[in-house]
Amino acid sequence: MQDDVILNISDLHKSFGAVRALRGVNFELRRGEIHALAGENGAGKSTLMNIIDGILQPDSGTICWNGTPVSIASPTEAQKLGIGLVHQEIALCPDVSVAENIFMSATNISRRLLMDYRALEDRARSILGQLADIDSAMLVRDLPISHQQLVEIAKALTLDCKVLILDEPTAALTEREAQILFSIMRRLADQGISIIYISHRMVEIFDNCDRVTVFRDGQYITTQTVADIAPSDVVNAMVGRVVDTLYPDKMRPQDCASDRTPPILDVRNLSEAQRFRDISFQLKRGEVLGLAGLIGAGRSEIVKGICQLEGDVSGDISLNGTPLSIRTYGDSIRAGMVYLSEDRKGDGVFLDMSIAENISALDLGLVGNRVGTIDAARETDLAETLAAKLNIKYGRLSDPVSSLSGGNQQKVAIAKMLSVDPKLIFLDEPTRGVDVGAKAEIHRILRDLARSGVGIVVISSELPELIGVCDRVLVVREGQISGEVSGEDMTEENIMHLASVLDAADAQLQSA
Amino acid sequence: MEKSINLAPPATQGMGALKKLLRMRETGLILIILALCIGMSFASPYFLTWVNIRAMVMAFAVEGIVVVGMTILLISGGIDLSVGSVTALAMVIAGWLFLQGIDPWVASLISIAACTGIGAFMGFFVTRVGLHHFIVSLAVMVIARGACLLFTGGRPIGLFTLPAEFKFIGQGAIGPIPLVIIIFLIVVLAFDFMLRRTTAFRKVFYTGSNEKAAAYSGIRTKKVIFLTTTLCSALCGVAGIIYMARFGSAQPTFGLGMELNVIAAAVIGGASLNGGSGTIFGAILGAVLLSVVSSSLALLDVSVYWQDIIRGSILLAAVSIDHYLNKRRR
Repeated sequence: MQDDVILNISDLHKSFGAVRALRGVNFELRRGEIHALAGENGAGKSTLMNIIDGILQPDSGTICWNGTPVSIASPTEAQKLGIGLVHQEIALCPDVSVAENIFMSATNISRRLLMDYRALEDRARSILGQLADIDSAMLVRDLPISHQQLVEIAKALTLDCKVLILDEPTAALTEREAQILFSIMRRLADQGISIIYISHRMVEIFDNCDRVTVFRDGQYITTQTVADIAPSDVVNAMVGRVVDTLYPDKMRPQDCASDRTPPILDVRNLSEAQRFRDISFQLKRGEVLGLAGLIGAGRSEIVKGICQLEGDVSGDISLNGTPLSIRTYGDSIRAGMVYLSEDRKGDGVFLDMSIAENISALDLGLVGNRVGTIDAARETDLAETLAAKLNIKYGRLSDPVSSLSGGNQQKVAIAKMLSVDPKLIFLDEPTRGVDVGAKAEIHRILRDLARSGVGIVVISSELPELIGVCDRVLVVREGQISGEVSGEDMTEENIMHLASVLDAADAQLQSA
Repeated sequence: MEKSINLAPPATQGMGALKKLLRMRETGLILIILALCIGMSFASPYFLTWVNIRAMVMAFAVEGIVVVGMTILLISGGIDLSVGSVTALAMVIAGWLFLQGIDPWVASLISIAACTGIGAFMGFFVTRVGLHHFIVSLAVMVIARGACLLFTGGRPIGLFTLPAEFKFIGQGAIGPIPLVIIIFLIVVLAFDFMLRRTTAFRKVFYTGSNEKAAAYSGIRTKKVIFLTTTLCSALCGVAGIIYMARFGSAQPTFGLGMELNVIAAAVIGGASLNGGSGTIFGAILGAVLLSVVSSSLALLDVSVYWQDIIRGSILLAAVSIDHYLNKRRR
């Protein structure tokens, strides 16, 4: 049996600063098996895959390849061993042909002076032929996302690999394309190639994989033969953890408004052509509401739609009982609804501008006087007040935001939201990339705001955070609200059940 | 070993002070300009005479108005290559209308309006069609130049009959100071103040610094970019009219290569091609520096052909120093 093991990883550790991404994980891959790796976002799956592919180096632990310890220093070395990784994000050159993309690394090491495009296209055609009907002379840019994903897989197949890693490959594929991919996976496995298959979807794991390994919080939990366990066991293993008490208190009875006061936010039948449909929910006064769901389920899109940041939405929105008719995000800010973006550096703050200038960006009227000039003293006052309120650590207010730590940058972004005295704040991943101390502070700030009557809606991919911070959580799945949990029912199991298509999986497994 | 430890702190302190000084770009530029002027005053007795100083200021004053527009556009994240030909087109349109018997003041207003329209046209292609400033303004640069040649048949239009009141804009003086310089100073001071202090122009910085973050702060970034594009062309129109009054003619080939001078001045003065930073004061100092260098080279009898080489080298040096300092700061 031992001879069968192509890759054996034991006691692997990896830290990024204070974050311990992997804490002694084990992983065993046999020749010719399809091995699923399951875990929540942040469980350490991608870190391990990047280590196997030589992109990252472990802090400690051993990797054995065919029984011999190896250190994989770079993706090129991983390639030499026979490891191919298909990333979740598509990393192709959009402006060159499919064939050139597939043979990018071959071309890179080729010693020939001229490109033989015809031969390249022919070879690409024979590899693609088994995958899908894709013209190898087409530009990648002109392909739909699902075909781009297949090109990525074809690219990995050309490397003559013995281990193929697929990181959520079906996220962008249609059902039919996914089925084709699974049959190819099975064929490759029969040829002796081992496949590591990363997915959230239980039905895929249980229909197509031989074994499953579960990680949680950077730790190895278990490895089981799929035939021996049920999908719900895997989900339990993924999330089975007691929520710790780092979080602030929940809503108190006195925080609730009387039944007659209208809810802060009342959304009815909100729909958008592409990304979500028929969304209805309410946010009560004093409550912190969570939005859970897998990445891409439509959580951010829904709140951006409410704020008119993007998308052409239809439906009715009332704020504190008043129906809103807003057309731009500027209107939304004036109405008192603001959105804290999930990508702080990309679109949350102005990195090279000063702290004070960042905080006043939402409404310059606050720091301007009647003739439209900026009153520097008022701008400083506003920034000082909010910086003190949020406990922002800074040198001078004229320092650029780039000089602050991630947590303090995020607080500047929150201060910007608070500058306009909002009635309602949507926070998208408010603690992503924030250290533990600042995280707890931000959670406390959210609770304080809710108590003072500001509506708080939190989107987070971290289930413990949602459960710890929120009074009620709505779960979004494929553009629809698939359920709501609160109080005792607010458990990771329940949320994961609602977020993934597990029910369908169960039904299918039972009928089979 | 110990020696180096002892020596290290004062050395780094000295470096820090120097770097700090260099980092304040306006100070650095003023120092360089002063040094050049002092050096030149020894090299040529003519350099620091009133006549030469006036000539130097006149040389960049009108172009300086275009520098103001370009700087604001660069801060918003855009760029405009068409400034030279749009300035020439302003002269040509106004001159042609004047020759058709239209009052020169009315002709000038129509011409400035036309240039503003050209800016709006570019702004439309950038913000609505979604093309890059570089390409749109490159196309308009060629189109506007072509229009100039079409209007004039490629020959300068002599405007000898321009009324004296009109020529006064370009040729007159209040006391010893030419009116051109006064107009220039008013434009510079007004826009410098507005850019530093008004809420409207603050939005230009937000947009150029991070367009998406600006949009996520409720700022209508497309409107901002549309307006800065339009403003730059409008100021080209103003500059064209002043040139016409000054020369008493409309020259279809005027302003060739002006875009390089103008962009160089703004960039030497601290404007970033990535948007988000720059000052009017700095950009004008950049223009002053380029003008002082040109004048110095002329007085030293350096071939005109060398001048372009030196100007280009100054630009490269200024931007390299800036890039280096920025990298160190990160």
